[in-house]
Amino acid sequence: MDFEFDDDHRMLQEQVRAFAFREVAKGAEQRDHEAAMPEPLRAQLAELGLFGIIIPAEYGGAGMGTVASSIVVEEISKACAGTGVLLSAHGSLCVDPILRFGTTEQKKKYLPGLASGETVGCLSLTEPGSGSDAGAATCAAVLRDDGWHITGTKIFVTNGKEAGVMVLIAVTDPNEPKRRLSAFIVEKPTPGLRIGKLEKKLGIRCSSTAEFVFEDCVVPHDALLGERGRGLRVALSTLDGGRIGIAAQALGIAQACLYESIKYARTRVQFNQPIGKFQAIQNKIADMAVGIEAARTLVYRAAWLKDAGQAYGQAAAMAKLFASEIASKAANHAVQVFGGYGYICDYPVERFLRDAKITELYEGTSEIHRLVIARGLAG
Amino acid sequence: MMDFELSDDLKALQDMARRFAADHIAPHARKWDREADIPRELVAKLAELGFLGIFIPAEYGGVGLGDLGASVIMEEIARHCGATALMLDAHNALCSAHIIRAANAEQKTKYLTKLAAGEYLGAWALSEPGCGSDAAALATTATLEGDSWVLNGAKQWITNGHYAGVYVVMARTKPDGGAKGISAFIVERGTPGLIIGPKEDKMGMRGSDTVGLTFDNCRVPKANLCGKLGEGFTDAMKVLERGRITIAAMSVGLARGALEESLSYSKQRVAFGKPIFEHQSIQFMLADMAMEIDAGRLLTRKAGILSDAGKPSNIEASVAKLFTSEMATRACLAAIQIHGGNGYTKEVPVERYMRDAKLCEIGEGSSQIQRIIIAKHYLEL
Repeated sequence: MDFEFDDDHRMLQEQVRAFAFREVAKGAEQRDHEAAMPEPLRAQLAELGLFGIIIPAEYGGAGMGTVASSIVVEEISKACAGTGVLLSAHGSLCVDPILRFGTTEQKKKYLPGLASGETVGCLSLTEPGSGSDAGAATCAAVLRDDGWHITGTKIFVTNGKEAGVMVLIAVTDPNEPKRRLSAFIVEKPTPGLRIGKLEKKLGIRCSSTAEFVFEDCVVPHDALLGERGRGLRVALSTLDGGRIGIAAQALGIAQACLYESIKYARTRVQFNQPIGKFQAIQNKIADMAVGIEAARTLVYRAAWLKDAGQAYGQAAAMAKLFASEIASKAANHAVQVFGGYGYICDYPVERFLRDAKITELYEGTSEIHRLVIARGLAG
Repeated sequence: MMDFELSDDLKALQDMARRFAADHIAPHARKWDREADIPRELVAKLAELGFLGIFIPAEYGGVGLGDLGASVIMEEIARHCGATALMLDAHNALCSAHIIRAANAEQKTKYLTKLAAGEYLGAWALSEPGCGSDAAALATTATLEGDSWVLNGAKQWITNGHYAGVYVVMARTKPDGGAKGISAFIVERGTPGLIIGPKEDKMGMRGSDTVGLTFDNCRVPKANLCGKLGEGFTDAMKVLERGRITIAAMSVGLARGALEESLSYSKQRVAFGKPIFEHQSIQFMLADMAMEIDAGRLLTRKAGILSDAGKPSNIEASVAKLFTSEMATRACLAAIQIHGGNGYTKEVPVERYMRDAKLCEIGEGSSQIQRIIIAKHYLEL
């Protein structure tokens, strides 16, 4: 038993940490303010190879696994959670299902672009009427001679603005209750697909969240990803892995909260001493640290299990649920440690609080995770 | 190589401890709690398994495990009986561990052999009526008179104190020396001047005996100084640091008991036409318990692995102890809630687990002390 990173993981961690500290942190406030992901930052992430971490070397990626991709998301999210989810959604929601369900042709076609970062990936799953209840999707794909005709609306698509390729879940067999859905790979732009609303959000504001409107959008027959009728399985298994990424993002946010709180508590003087000398502040620091350490073990256990080819759904759900709630608690503590200064935008902790909240909502709410975990206990 | 699984050896040990606890502890734990006593036959059986020599090197008859191995055993024992686990904790992680750490070769030969064989149960005496968390303020004195150290004072909350054959006692050898004026002594049962007080009547951990000790001109041979003069407190703190991993493992075991009992109850108890397990409110409590138990176990093992590798592990041990002990109380309270009225009776074990778990938030460094330790590490103030 060994909880320590291997050498290649440690090197990756050092490299990404330095980059995040140097390049990602500095613009985070502005990106949040402007709700935009500037192209130069994306290019830098691409140049570092961070879009291709889990893609095999034959397709131009780093050929690493989930432990590595979690390290990347964690380190980037310490500086900017919105940038963290750009990588997490790209890797675990688009690249991962293509890796697991794609044909050789599909992999050859899409993975090199996804690995280089030339193409950003996303997952189109949620609909206005289908969130936690993913199986209730209505966006339809009808098979005709010239291909699949897609009609419907997807919302809350992370990376939707930047994405050049998506994994889409749509209804292909409305009368087959257990095989209603299928997965597709859809390129963007494609005639008949338009971006609807770009959401204005509480947090992770530099990450785009888009509505996709499909109006008789035609994609080729071979756009089908995996077997017809197995779309729900593609979606749910993809979310299983995606949860590890979000857990890593939450872990990064929580650590940023702790780091800023420590810095502030050491220098802010009240009653003639640094406030870190008061047990009231010490208790908050300790609780943040303990939560983070616990979250870290859960996150990397889940990542390790996935890389080891073992069952990891339960572990991933635990990691995501725990880490996301810790991130929100840590952010709330951080704002409290900062007092009034925590509430104004001159310091980053109010952004951390806004960013943290999303981790309890997307890729399965905390409530869905508790159901997933309980189902695992049913035995 | 990163690896989140136990080795095959430790899995076998886990299996052995699990079967023993199910066969020899679970059926009787309620009675031991009611009667506030663990039968000596159980102690003998634990000795046969090597569980009284968990850390003791093989040359002295022990099994020579590290903190990771100990955590595996402690979780399994505490799963069914916190009191039995606490007895093992004080014997192994406090008394024996202090002797292993600080004693000279003669002392080790003399005492570790008997401790490993179960001939002596071990106890460890640090707290006093006037000092708990602030241990360096202890007032028991040891004065050198000829060939003897003469101990005077009182010790409090001494686990295993009623039955112990040997006590490691921290006493002041330099009146104004603060922490550096404290030394450790090995005191055998029956030494004139060692007065063993009555067993405390406790809320939980009732099968484990807790006493006060009085030293009234208690004279021990000069050779019974354990470790270097003036280093008793330092050794004691190091012992406690590692001991926290053991307490953490106990907490995980108790919480697991709460979860396992709740799972089986919720699957057979029917309300509104279906097992209560099918209701989201119950599922949510169970999910939180399971998640926190996994997190707690991982933290505990992480600290154990670091400690076994000789790497700094004191913060990790405090983190594990703080998280798991508070988590265990939460889990036990949730278990009582899931059991409803039944959970409030002694017909089901979860109320006992709750009473046992509470101690883990208090003993071997309260949650408040752990938070100070952790915060000071991070704040560097």
